[in-house]
Amino acid sequence: MSSTQGTAPTTATAGFDGPGEDQLLPQLVAHLREHRARLRHEWSDRIQQAGLLHAMTPQEMAAETTSVYDNYVEVLETGSVEALQRYARDLSERIIPRGVETHEVVGIVLLLRDVLARSLFEKYQRDFGLLNRVLDAYEPAANRIANTVAVSFVEERERVIRQQQDALRELSTPVLPVRERLLILPIIGVLDRERARQLTEQLLTGIRTHRARVVVVDITGVPEVDESVANHLVQTVDASRLMGASVIITGLSPKIAQTLVTIGVDLSKMDTIGDLQGGLEEAERLLGYRTARDDGTAVP
Amino acid sequence: MTGPRLVSILRQGSYLIASIHTALDDTEMTAFQHDLVERIGRDRARGVVIDVAALDVLDSFASWTLRTIGEVARLRGAVTVVVGIQPEVAFAMVALGMDTGSVRTALDLEEGLAFLDRVVGPRRPATATRGGPA
Repeated sequence: MSSTQGTAPTTATAGFDGPGEDQLLPQLVAHLREHRARLRHEWSDRIQQAGLLHAMTPQEMAAETTSVYDNYVEVLETGSVEALQRYARDLSERIIPRGVETHEVVGIVLLLRDVLARSLFEKYQRDFGLLNRVLDAYEPAANRIANTVAVSFVEERERVIRQQQDALRELSTPVLPVRERLLILPIIGVLDRERARQLTEQLLTGIRTHRARVVVVDITGVPEVDESVANHLVQTVDASRLMGASVIITGLSPKIAQTLVTIGVDLSKMDTIGDLQGGLEEAERLLGYRTARDDGTAVP
Repeated sequence: MTGPRLVSILRQGSYLIASIHTALDDTEMTAFQHDLVERIGRDRARGVVIDVAALDVLDSFASWTLRTIGEVARLRGAVTVVVGIQPEVAFAMVALGMDTGSVRTALDLEEGLAFLDRVVGPRRPATATRGGPA
């Protein structure tokens, strides 16, 4: 118990004052352990009533609530949130793919806090002074736990999002040689500043490695662009020209075309053609290709 | 000039091929301009390729000089093409609002020569420069 007493005050220094306080937390922890089955059950009921976590089966819920409960009590006892942090991150990793939302996670932790607080009211109802001191010890620790769990969950979610963004980024701008000296770059999805930067890099290095003379950039799959991305696109076209390649932009949606004109991007040097087919035809013309059918008639 | 040469100007048929081997300061850039313009007249060049592939920086003075060379060369009867601008250099130039003006660019030496062949006609055979009215 000496280690407990050594660490406990660090959790709740604000609420501690005078002798005897050291005994409050151990007493509290003993109470929560003693009534573990009943309190945990009560908590599960409250979760169900609130309609939270319906993505989980009853068995999973029983297992997770038991773990959370034990971790919770352990943090109250030791004051160290590290184990809880690990557990929360691990739990988040498991439940995020199943669509559990932040409000649900925060909701169940707050429910547990309330269930335990109620049980304390009940236990100490005859001694209001003592109840106050117990709550002084309990509340900061409980709030810290809620905080830890919420932060861990959000951090895990952000990590997942970052991971997906990285994956998307790697796949997002393929540079495809279609004929000698001719590349196409189909762009799908929102072009933000980072992707535009990456597009430029891949386009310019693609020109060098494939010795391209014409590049068709197809933006049919881009829903919209903002001013900085539009300017970046113009700069990319100019930079390609410095490397000796012409860029043809195809598939400008009506919305993007209007945006470009409205924000006044200088488009005089941009070569744009309605669709990818037209762009490829123009590119072949620039390269001196002439497409013919087997019988020798030219394809327009 | 002592030490390794910073620039070489080679004659190839009726074209001049000028390669810049290392970053030049403003004085060296200006000297290069004078040498090249001088050579255009002396060699009766009809096309000039300036190869900047070795450069990882082209500052505003350098790009201004390239533009000037192109315009001066045109007045002296030669077409200029700048080749070998690296991807990073190209984007940096555009981001800083610099360009090569009316001077054409091409990917590399081979492309540059092909461009000149298209614009000024195929290279003169060496024998064709001889003879003429006595």
